[in-house]
Amino acid sequence: MTQLVLEQALNGLQFGLMLFLLAAGLTLVFGIMDCINLAHGSLYMVGAYFVAAAAQAADSFWIGLGAGVAGAAVLGLVLELSLFRQLYRRDHLSQVLATFGLILIANEAVRMIWGAQPLLLNPPEALSGPVEIGNFFYPAYRLVIIAFGLGVAGLLYLVVARSRVGMWVRAGAANREMTEALGVNVQGLFTAVFVFGAALCALAGGLLGPLLAVQIGMGESVLILAFVVIIIGGIGSIRGALVGSLIVGTVDTLGRALLPTLLRAALPADAAATLGPALASILIYLLMAAILFFRPQGLFPARA
Amino acid sequence: MPLRLTALAAALMLAGSVHAADRIKVGFVSTLSGPGAGLGVDIRDGFNLAIKQLDGKLGGLPAEVIVADDQQSPDVAKQAVDKFLKKDKVDFMTGIVFSNIMLAVGPTVFENQTFYISANAGPSQYAGEQCNPFFFNVAWQNDNLHEAVGKVVQDKGYKNVVIVTPNYPGGKDAVSGFKRYYAPKEAPSGGKGKVAEEIYTKLGQLDYAAELAQIRSIKPDALFFFLPGGMGINFVKQFVAAGLSRDTQLFAPGFSADEDVIKAVGAPMMGMFNSSHWAHDMDNAENRRFVADFQKEYGRMPSLYASQGYDAAFMMDAGVRGVKGKVEDKAALKKALEAKNFKSVRGDFKFNSNHYPVQNYYLRVIGKDSSGRITNRLMGTIFTNHADAYVAQCKMK
Repeated sequence: MTQLVLEQALNGLQFGLMLFLLAAGLTLVFGIMDCINLAHGSLYMVGAYFVAAAAQAADSFWIGLGAGVAGAAVLGLVLELSLFRQLYRRDHLSQVLATFGLILIANEAVRMIWGAQPLLLNPPEALSGPVEIGNFFYPAYRLVIIAFGLGVAGLLYLVVARSRVGMWVRAGAANREMTEALGVNVQGLFTAVFVFGAALCALAGGLLGPLLAVQIGMGESVLILAFVVIIIGGIGSIRGALVGSLIVGTVDTLGRALLPTLLRAALPADAAATLGPALASILIYLLMAAILFFRPQGLFPARA
Repeated sequence: MPLRLTALAAALMLAGSVHAADRIKVGFVSTLSGPGAGLGVDIRDGFNLAIKQLDGKLGGLPAEVIVADDQQSPDVAKQAVDKFLKKDKVDFMTGIVFSNIMLAVGPTVFENQTFYISANAGPSQYAGEQCNPFFFNVAWQNDNLHEAVGKVVQDKGYKNVVIVTPNYPGGKDAVSGFKRYYAPKEAPSGGKGKVAEEIYTKLGQLDYAAELAQIRSIKPDALFFFLPGGMGINFVKQFVAAGLSRDTQLFAPGFSADEDVIKAVGAPMMGMFNSSHWAHDMDNAENRRFVADFQKEYGRMPSLYASQGYDAAFMMDAGVRGVKGKVEDKAALKKALEAKNFKSVRGDFKFNSNHYPVQNYYLRVIGKDSSGRITNRLMGTIFTNHADAYVAQCKMK
């Protein structure tokens, strides 16, 4: 029983931390620049392809991960300078249209370069088995993902809460005009935040590649979850993104693990088998609706 | 008088349309992108190989194969099918991998009186009450391979089994097929084992962490899973990474243990038992030629999906030949298709009254062959001349 609870808790943590890598960049871009970036998921996809391609070329997962993240950061820089800079001052509809166009372009570009079939990305050989601690088993690679996620979360906390740049970021999220008036180079700050967000996307894509599949359209489903996370957490708040990610990760994992069993106790087996998975997959949206009902600004709004 | 003239004109037009066609058009809709793409690509490559061996002809007439990707979405498939039927006016359709997509487009195809030769999807609905003269399945009924696994698990004496399958029509068929031969009450052989848990996942799910933790807490002695394509690849990898393979024996239908999955997963697959109606090491002339030519053409081993696509093309060829190219005569074409005048790579089989095969099912195990390559080896026969369980409900018009 301890094994089950602990294992599911770690699963929820692992899923939540990966969502956090995506949501952190998204919430900053949305919160500070007031820009809805639907193509955030495409950065995740392209980043994963970069990592997979580099890992195959170098025959090493870690070199691939480093090169892929660097490549995605460069792509983020190019996108920010060429496209997003024009979008910040426009209304949300233009941003949605332009970034939706980017999704289509990214999907077709990936199809042209790497083909329609998923790329295979394998974890390093040493991490492909389970870790044994006494009677407790857990996949080694998932532990590495958790370590990366915690590391990034810690780093972000230090930068955002303790450094001058972090202060600018928080100030920008709370009140952009006032920050500009105080002489902060908001333009440069925007670029840095966007590039950093792109790098985090590629990190998440590269780390999840061996667990999931590196394929076209992988960004869209996860983008929806990332938006759920930042809405639950409060737009523009890193702390909200972290808490929101962990809530969504845990609720999704527990829902999948427990709901079918719970329903079986109350309903006939046939109905439970149909209802359980369906209910589990909408559980986080129910959660989002409930949180929005009580706290329309999210749990930790940046502009309180 | 005018009425009679119209009737006469209509009769003339009808008679005029029973000329031999000048070419045969095939609409091929399949899943060619996303996690299920490996299946569709194999069916397509097997089909195209057969057309190539037939010198680009079906029944002696030039063949034109139009390919569309359904992206594993019923909506996209419907659009492609509408275009094939209305604009291209195809003579045959084939290619669909997933049963939920087959069930979504089937009515449109049948209403249009176009023959659909399924090279994969074999939903129970079309085998039973909704069986249709325009639907043929050249592969199997969905339950069949799972029934065979159920029999093996039962015979080997496993007592505590967990089932994992996606929550979609093909998954439901898998569970009922497996339990028809493995379960205390339903099984004809009457065993003492139990199904500890049935786990239904989302179709297309790629992360199985939550399900694997649940399986670990149950500690089953055997696990039966039906997760076609990329789902199965991820499941087996994560199953091994979680250390579950030490205590639990994996069983799967051939779909989750064929060349596509073996290539992606590798050594952890060794020792896994699976069921199939076909195997690459079956010893008959057609199969030797198919396996050799497929490897020469595509540089990889064929999977059971490829064998099904290959058979579908030869079945169309035999049908067109049987009516001497007059594919407009639907009744005659149906008879010619039912006659099954071609040699399948799986050896002999025949069509039941519901247009599904009556055939043998075999046990395969994954291991190293003489050249050290990891692949399937034929172990023995599970069922001989096995029919599906739904044929009695089919009242074919």
